Amino acid sequence: MKKVIISSSPFLHDSTSTPKIMWEVVATLLPLVLLSAYYFKLGAVLVILFACLGALITEWVFSGNEAFRKIKDGSALITGILLGLCLPPGFPFWMAFVGGVVAIGMGKLIWGGLGHNVFNPALVGRAFLQAAFPAAITRWALPNDGSWLGLNSGNAALPFQQMKVDGLSAATPLSQMKFDHDYGVLTDQIMGMTSGSLGETSGLLILILGLYMILRKIIHWRIPVAILSTVIVFSGLFWLIDATVYPPPTFMIFSGGLMLGTFYMATDLVSSPITPRGQWLYGIGIAVFVVMIRLWGGLPEGVMYAILLMNAATPLINKATKIKPYGYK
Amino acid sequence: MGIFNQIATFRHGVHPHEYKHYTESLPVERMPFVEEYILPLGQHIGAPAASIVTKGDKVRRGQEIAKAQGFVSVSLHSPVDGVVTGVELAETLTGKMVEAIKIKTDSYSSQLLHPSDPGDYRKMNVDEFVSSVQRSGLVGLGGAAFPAHVKFKIPEGKTCRYLILNGCECEPFLTSDHKVMAEQPEAIVNGIKILNRFVHAEKVFIGIENNKADAIEVLTKACENDDNIEVVPLVVKYPQGAEKMLITAILDKEVPSGKLPLDVDVMVSNVSSIAALSDWFEEGKPLIERVVTVTGDAVYRPSNVLTPIGTPMRQVVEHCGGLLSENYRMLLGGPMMGMIQRTLDIPIVKGTSGMLLLGDDIIKTPQEYDCIKCGRCVEACPMFLNPSTMGLLAKKGLWDDMEEHHVMDCFECGSCSFVCPSYIPLVQSFRVAKGILREKKAKEK
Repeated sequence: MKKVIISSSPFLHDSTSTPKIMWEVVATLLPLVLLSAYYFKLGAVLVILFACLGALITEWVFSGNEAFRKIKDGSALITGILLGLCLPPGFPFWMAFVGGVVAIGMGKLIWGGLGHNVFNPALVGRAFLQAAFPAAITRWALPNDGSWLGLNSGNAALPFQQMKVDGLSAATPLSQMKFDHDYGVLTDQIMGMTSGSLGETSGLLILILGLYMILRKIIHWRIPVAILSTVIVFSGLFWLIDATVYPPPTFMIFSGGLMLGTFYMATDLVSSPITPRGQWLYGIGIAVFVVMIRLWGGLPEGVMYAILLMNAATPLINKATKIKPYGYK
Repeated sequence: MGIFNQIATFRHGVHPHEYKHYTESLPVERMPFVEEYILPLGQHIGAPAASIVTKGDKVRRGQEIAKAQGFVSVSLHSPVDGVVTGVELAETLTGKMVEAIKIKTDSYSSQLLHPSDPGDYRKMNVDEFVSSVQRSGLVGLGGAAFPAHVKFKIPEGKTCRYLILNGCECEPFLTSDHKVMAEQPEAIVNGIKILNRFVHAEKVFIGIENNKADAIEVLTKACENDDNIEVVPLVVKYPQGAEKMLITAILDKEVPSGKLPLDVDVMVSNVSSIAALSDWFEEGKPLIERVVTVTGDAVYRPSNVLTPIGTPMRQVVEHCGGLLSENYRMLLGGPMMGMIQRTLDIPIVKGTSGMLLLGDDIIKTPQEYDCIKCGRCVEACPMFLNPSTMGLLAKKGLWDDMEEHHVMDCFECGSCSFVCPSYIPLVQSFRVAKGILREKKAKEK
């Protein structure tokens, strides 16, 4: 007998789908992976790879019958790559792997999986690593040292082995700003010729990829616009008051994880507000926290905590900024 | 009208693939008479008409066979010369069995129209006009089948400053209104003049989406001597043909929640209905046939067919060359708001604007993902609701919370489900919620 399928309208669908969106984000992340491979060689690629492995294996193990479908939607891979991109080049592989496990396990699965998490999973993993391995996560290598196949010092450390202190670590622009009031060379920061986390170093490349995602409507334009303009205005204000104490806004924009956080983490669809006014509020909130932590906090970098804090506020923001429907003027 | 755009439109909305190429360049053809017609008594919103014929009665083409029951109800007319074979139950598009008049065609008849007497509209007052329209059996031909005379009767204290003719036909596939506009511009302009004697609109707009250049051209020409009639080309966007969206697009006005267009001094009518109004008053021809778009990838010869009301759909499909595949789905109306059917053995009714016969290539039912809160539905909803949040509430059965999110303002255009990358049946769940909330309200009373 012929099967009769009864369903209700609409019967047409747009050509997009959640996995398509996720894989397009993965595609925009690839240039960042390549650039970090160029600056930090094989060690960088392996750090990202281990973070991804940790994320994907965790997703697979805890998804039961749906494991293949869950892996295929691409979201765990995004988390893995993003986590890898915000780790230092000489980070031990095993720690990157643990970070991936925690990012997916604690950042996503315990909330109920894709779409249910309150915090950005990659940042949950990063926050865990920051707390668990504070020494390893603040040891930075300068780009362009060593051979193409060489690992960065510290990469191959085994679990719970005594860490060897070496002379290779360098200060990031933000820690130089924080502790030495040295703002470095802006063009180096834009191009990525500074020490820092793997994917955070080239502000320009992230900006280009971010604009692409906005044009493709993968991310909401309001959030990056709100963050960047607020950072410029807020930090610019202090810079105008006293340029000897406070860094210029260009430095604030292009240093540290601000660009990566702005375009890839703050704009995470699941953990950011859905209402237009909420998105403005959320972006402004992140920017204010970033500037406050960077200028007056004990840490050189504040993007991670700023985003996590505003993630926590997202449900409330959504409630407070309800959209006014048609016909309620 | 849009201040920044040259071409008017509303905010939000979606752009589905149009699929109008199947039939948009084909002229309207006439459906040959078939052996039997089935005429359900309730083809309109409101009380069903009451049959005034019995088995064995001879009827003429155009003769009244059922009378309106109450004000929100219209007459029904025979589409052929023939003999009544019974007044009995028949299946209709909702799947329900309803009472219908069955007529066997007189195959020796010439099938000339047996005109009714509409009366001379030049000498009528409003009430006479309204009751004449009620006798014509006219309903809104856009699909809702709301009795036209009820809309034309302006309540005490209300005025109609603007009359808007809806020629958007924003649903994909459908081209019936398009064809009526392109082929009968004079009837539409004449219908406007007749109607405007009674509603006294200062200005009449004919809103047509930009993908119907020929209709815009001929209608602009047909009304070039009338200063108060203006053809307004609109951006192609779904659901522009929704009354509220069309009013916003043309007049930049919002109809308040729970109110009608007349509350902002506007009346909206479908273009084909106005052409039929002209036919009634000029020729005495009641609503006994309409243009139906028969289209899709599962029918051999997609066409625009002028079909007598009551023709069994199976015969319309046969007239169009039959089906191309066993695996097809039939929708009545457009693909965004139309209704799916389980059988071809139901008749064409007054509200049937199109029959879509679609194969598996066009309708897809992929597996659902969880909501990733991407906000595409929020950017699509023409009513500025939050489908994402309402969808999550619907999953938990929190109907009252959905009401707080204004689910009752949803008019079920389906834009949210259309854009949802996770394939969540959003509008489908809102329909359920609205039904449950309405039932709850009724119980409380």
